[in-house]
Amino acid sequence: MLGRTANDLYWLSRYIERAENIARLLEVGYRIVLLPREGEGFHEEWRSTLESAGCLQGYVQRHGELISQNVIDYMLFDTSNPSSISSCLAAARRNGRAQRTALTREMWESLNSAWLQFSAIRPVSVTSNSLPELLDWVRSRSALYRGAMLNTILRNDTFYFSQVGTFIERADSTARILDVKYYHLLPSSEMVGSEKDNYQWAALLRSVSAHRSYRWVFKDHYRPLKIADFMILNRQMPRSLRSCYDELTLALRDLAVFYGARHDCQTTAESTRDLFLEADIRNIFQSGLHEFVQEFIARNNKLGNEISAAYHFSD
Amino acid sequence: MGASFDEMNGFGGEVRPPYKAFAEWLGVQHLDTLRQKSAEAEVLFRRSGITFAVYGAEEAGERLIPFDILPRIIAADEWRRLELGIEQRVRALNAFLYDIYHRQEILKAGKIPEELVIQNSAFLPEMIGVDPPRGIYSHIIGVDLVRTGENEFMVLEDNTRTPSGVSYMLENRETMMHLFPDLFSRNRVRPVDNYADALLKTLESVAPGNLDAEPTIALLTPGVYNSAYFEHSFLADQMGVELVESSDLVVIDGLLRMKTTEGLKRVDVLYRRVDDDFLDPLVFDPTSLLGVPGIFDVYRSGRVTIVNAPGAGIADDKAIYSYIPAIIEFYTGKAPLLPNVETYSCREPDSLKYVLDHLAELVVKEVHGSGGYGMLVGPKSTTEQIEEFRAKLIANPKNYIAQPTLSLSTCPTLADTSVAPRHLDLRPFVLIGDQVRLMPGGLTRVAMKKGSLVVNSSQGGGTKDTWVLQE
Repeated sequence: MLGRTANDLYWLSRYIERAENIARLLEVGYRIVLLPREGEGFHEEWRSTLESAGCLQGYVQRHGELISQNVIDYMLFDTSNPSSISSCLAAARRNGRAQRTALTREMWESLNSAWLQFSAIRPVSVTSNSLPELLDWVRSRSALYRGAMLNTILRNDTFYFSQVGTFIERADSTARILDVKYYHLLPSSEMVGSEKDNYQWAALLRSVSAHRSYRWVFKDHYRPLKIADFMILNRQMPRSLRSCYDELTLALRDLAVFYGARHDCQTTAESTRDLFLEADIRNIFQSGLHEFVQEFIARNNKLGNEISAAYHFSD
Repeated sequence: MGASFDEMNGFGGEVRPPYKAFAEWLGVQHLDTLRQKSAEAEVLFRRSGITFAVYGAEEAGERLIPFDILPRIIAADEWRRLELGIEQRVRALNAFLYDIYHRQEILKAGKIPEELVIQNSAFLPEMIGVDPPRGIYSHIIGVDLVRTGENEFMVLEDNTRTPSGVSYMLENRETMMHLFPDLFSRNRVRPVDNYADALLKTLESVAPGNLDAEPTIALLTPGVYNSAYFEHSFLADQMGVELVESSDLVVIDGLLRMKTTEGLKRVDVLYRRVDDDFLDPLVFDPTSLLGVPGIFDVYRSGRVTIVNAPGAGIADDKAIYSYIPAIIEFYTGKAPLLPNVETYSCREPDSLKYVLDHLAELVVKEVHGSGGYGMLVGPKSTTEQIEEFRAKLIANPKNYIAQPTLSLSTCPTLADTSVAPRHLDLRPFVLIGDQVRLMPGGLTRVAMKKGSLVVNSSQGGGTKDTWVLQE
């Protein structure tokens, strides 16, 4: 396989995953903004949504003040924002089109039709009422693409690079959400236990689509320690950091077998995964949740770079 | 210009035999049903991404070529005759290419003016003395045919460089089988879907000698913004070979290599879909970003096969075209089985005079033009357009050839308000390697506008599925 092909497949998966994550974040942000409450609240919510998406700086430069309609427009349609859903779908399709030969027909068709349909939407036609529907649609498109991939792709390097892209992006996204909202989980807030906190905890879980699965797994009310455990260490939760690294380790191991050679990236992924195996959420809180998450984001980026170097993504 | 030959109805009267079953079917179709099928076809094409870029168009990148759902049908015996004529022609074209890059017997024999070849920009002196595997230069040829009567097929031009359109032949068939399975059960249509397999066999058969392993084949595309990008990726996908851009290739230690996830890997056969000029900036256009520096040296040393060979374009040059009958006779010793369209070479004073006197009846083309641009269709032009062209002709006669305005055959086509005859041509695709492989069918291009003779997709022409019937 060409190095360029591997690079495009990796980014194609990342962009699809990103579009889905952005849709999830917006959905949560929007729910909270709808809550009746005084003044500053919704600003704070949009701020953290944008921050979780890595888009705060760009937004402020473009629009300044945090206004719901502007935030939605910036995150959905603004092509100058590389993480807007529009940009993600366009980039995913561009990568897919450049690697048309590596995709199965079903993958390509789901990708192409998602892009065609999204480009046909006129931003002004998106109202508060139609927003949830549109965000649902984005998630269903991402699911369709992933489904087409899982059902039709050959289990070779094409599949492994696609998996790697998906889970690097997903891990990054979950970690960012934690990074922005970690203080809601700190012990001080547990003592408060107000209705607002409860809502924030639910929102946190919702942003990784885990508010119901939490109940299934813990059979308990929302508790910060358990929420953090669920999002970081739980192996059942498909968007936890641990789960992402289970998948990454597997895909990278498959790549090593496929090519008959190991690289730094395999070692890095495995040692990060092992970290989760041994970790206890209490210790993580003790030595600092914030620091833990930040260190993880740096590691995850490093892994991305190592993969790119090992498989000649660009040279 | 009299009435045109219609491939379903001839010059009027009875339905011609190959169209019998189809005509019965068509007779009981409602226009609305056909229209609905046509809309379905468009959805299928859009979803598969079979688009085509029109240079200079706004929204560049992605337009669909109109597809007409009514097939064009060719009888078995008609096809057999075409087959013989095409095979004779492509063998002669390759013999001609070998000759002019070696001993130049045909020039010595005075069959073609020497300067027409030697001073032609499509003739590459760098190719002199190079021996491509099996002596083949043009491995993939599209032969553009027109029909004017029951037995009148003529070659309008040859495409010996990088002919495109074969993906439409294949996708058109897929779409038709999806839309009209019942029609296929009433007609015995020869399949074309083994094209990719035949192409792969052809490419493998011209790999450099002495390879230790199976040859590695790659398809070189100018990139995703090229008008034929869909076709490039389509063919690479169907053959299971890498689709490479020039930035994926590098020459190291005298070999062509591609940059893979496991490091550099040798490429043995390169099916390139970039023009000669852009192949190697060290030898040809130094500003080219599409090429691979040093690739021509690797080619000359016989360590990679480039398909089609550099310099193959001289065989489809419009200035050479009128000499093709002579070329066929010279190399095969036989008269051409498929005639050319009568052609006036304006470089010759007598011809020029005739052309200037008959501009209103002729089609005048630039020698190096393509895609239907820079041409004059006399009967369809205004007096001003004709006079404008007359001035160009007088200023630079060598730059033009002229042909009679042919009454191209027509075929029933789904038009705005009814099923109506529209003019068409045909481009069959031939593969030349260890053997000559001709797909039974090809790309039928159809002028969608009433009376129009311009079938080029860049000018609004459409395509049809082409059926060759089983004996």
